Amino acid sequence: MSYLIVIGVTIAIYAMLTVALNMVVGYAGQPNLAQSAFLGLGAYFAAVLSTRYHLGFWWTIPVSFGVAGLAGFILGAISLRLREDFLAITTIGLNFVVVAIFQYIPFFGGAVGIYSIPLPTIGARTFGNLDFLVVALLMLALVVAVSKYLEKTWLGASLTAVRDDESAAASVGIPVASYKVVAFTLSAAFAGMAGSIYAPFLSAITPTSFGFTESVVILSMLIFGGSGTIRGALVGALVLGALPEVFRFISNFRLLTYGAILLLMLRFQPQGLLGEASAVSSLIGKVTAPARRAADSRANGRAGEGRTRDRGTPRN
Amino acid sequence: MALLEIESLTVRFGGLVALDAIELAVEKGQFVSVIGPNGAGKTTLFNVIAGVLRPSSGRVLFDGREVQGSRPAHMSHLGVRRSFQVGRPFSSMTVRENIRVSAAGRRILQGLGCLAPRAANRAIASWVEELIGRVGLEDFADRRAGELNMGELRRLEIARALASHPSLLLLDEPAAGIGADGIGPLAELIRGVHRSGLTVMLVEHYVGLALSLSDRVVVLDEGRKIAEGSPEAVRNDERVIGAYLGKEGSRAATVNPLGGES
Repeated sequence: MSYLIVIGVTIAIYAMLTVALNMVVGYAGQPNLAQSAFLGLGAYFAAVLSTRYHLGFWWTIPVSFGVAGLAGFILGAISLRLREDFLAITTIGLNFVVVAIFQYIPFFGGAVGIYSIPLPTIGARTFGNLDFLVVALLMLALVVAVSKYLEKTWLGASLTAVRDDESAAASVGIPVASYKVVAFTLSAAFAGMAGSIYAPFLSAITPTSFGFTESVVILSMLIFGGSGTIRGALVGALVLGALPEVFRFISNFRLLTYGAILLLMLRFQPQGLLGEASAVSSLIGKVTAPARRAADSRANGRAGEGRTRDRGTPRN
Repeated sequence: MALLEIESLTVRFGGLVALDAIELAVEKGQFVSVIGPNGAGKTTLFNVIAGVLRPSSGRVLFDGREVQGSRPAHMSHLGVRRSFQVGRPFSSMTVRENIRVSAAGRRILQGLGCLAPRAANRAIASWVEELIGRVGLEDFADRRAGELNMGELRRLEIARALASHPSLLLLDEPAAGIGADGIGPLAELIRGVHRSGLTVMLVEHYVGLALSLSDRVVVLDEGRKIAEGSPEAVRNDERVIGAYLGKEGSRAATVNPLGGES
């Protein structure tokens, strides 16, 4: 049971990272291979502050969110001048720089990293694994809720417009540059928030846990599940997060497996498992079509009435 | 005062002079076409006006303000909207969402308004439905823009350009790639847009279409303005006929290339 809970926390943390990454990669269409660096920034600040400065867990959450968000803002600002392929390389470089900072700056504990990170407390109670799971799921719920809301806003649609055609987006007045920065900032900030629970959950962190390969793993999860959709991000984290646990032998070939999945998906099903217009989701769409058509016609009936009313009122 | 004034506008790409000291003024409410053979600089001119290209020298005045070198998003907010020569839809979004996001305008996009839900804005929602009807895309409103055919894409381009109530509309070859039977309805649509009070600039390869719609025609050839005037005057201008004949050789030898729709 306890083992399952540990896997659950791990998957919830991965899911936060993929849903957050989806804001940049899925919505805005910008490559980002530095997501684990933002996780690392969040984790390191949470670890240092709680271990050395005895800052409570709950206070480290906003700090990690803010620090990683600031780093995301800087990356976003750099990204404005770069074409997609150069941006991808830049994000990889950034990931290495962040790891090097963890490794060589004494503040971050050097190569040994930070250990004996205190367990969070709530009131007089010290966190057990179940508490970690509850808090991780609450954090995930927050990221999903923000993401879902984002999809409904003008900003969300504008990011999709930027992904589909940047010049056309600019021609209809969308401030392409600043919106990209917003996407990078949000995505990084939520990855940092994930770091604030990741550090005390592991109780020890080292620079190598936040390397480029970990960023590839997170991106593989998103692409596998279906970039551009929240459900895809969640399913990708769930399936690929559970895979090494279910099939133990995979854990020895973890990177090989993820790399192969990434390549195969991009070649044969770039929409991912559950992305827009992917094979699986169109199959589900076909199965549920009759029910949805009925719902649609009801909704359209209402919308039609609304339109008739609107036409009567003068518009300025 | 003219809505758009262009003063000795020059654009160089390396050694190539794409536009050479162009002078042009467009009055409010006018319909001005820019025609000319391939490579004359028509699209370059539009790209400068829309803020995509920064001119090498010269001035662009919109509503009396110097705007050369402004960014496309800024030009859009000032009231200059364009359609693209190659349809450039937001292909993963529905036709309705394409138009809706194009209707947002400066007040929503450049502030915290961008964090509001789109569906909550009733005024924009009903304006979008009106536009969908105006360009005749009712049956395609919920279709992904990526699935539209060329003619439907043209209509979407126009609806998107109109969405923010611009004061100057730039149409870059709206008839390109649509069949002969699509041109009539398209011309009707463009004429209607102009009649509603909009100032329109049109770049067009179908010279007949351009001449039939315009108040005034500007002819470019190899980056220079070689003629300007009423459609009739341009149709009979020696230099203009020469420019087209010179380029199109044998076919033009038997047919006046400016002869109209025939």
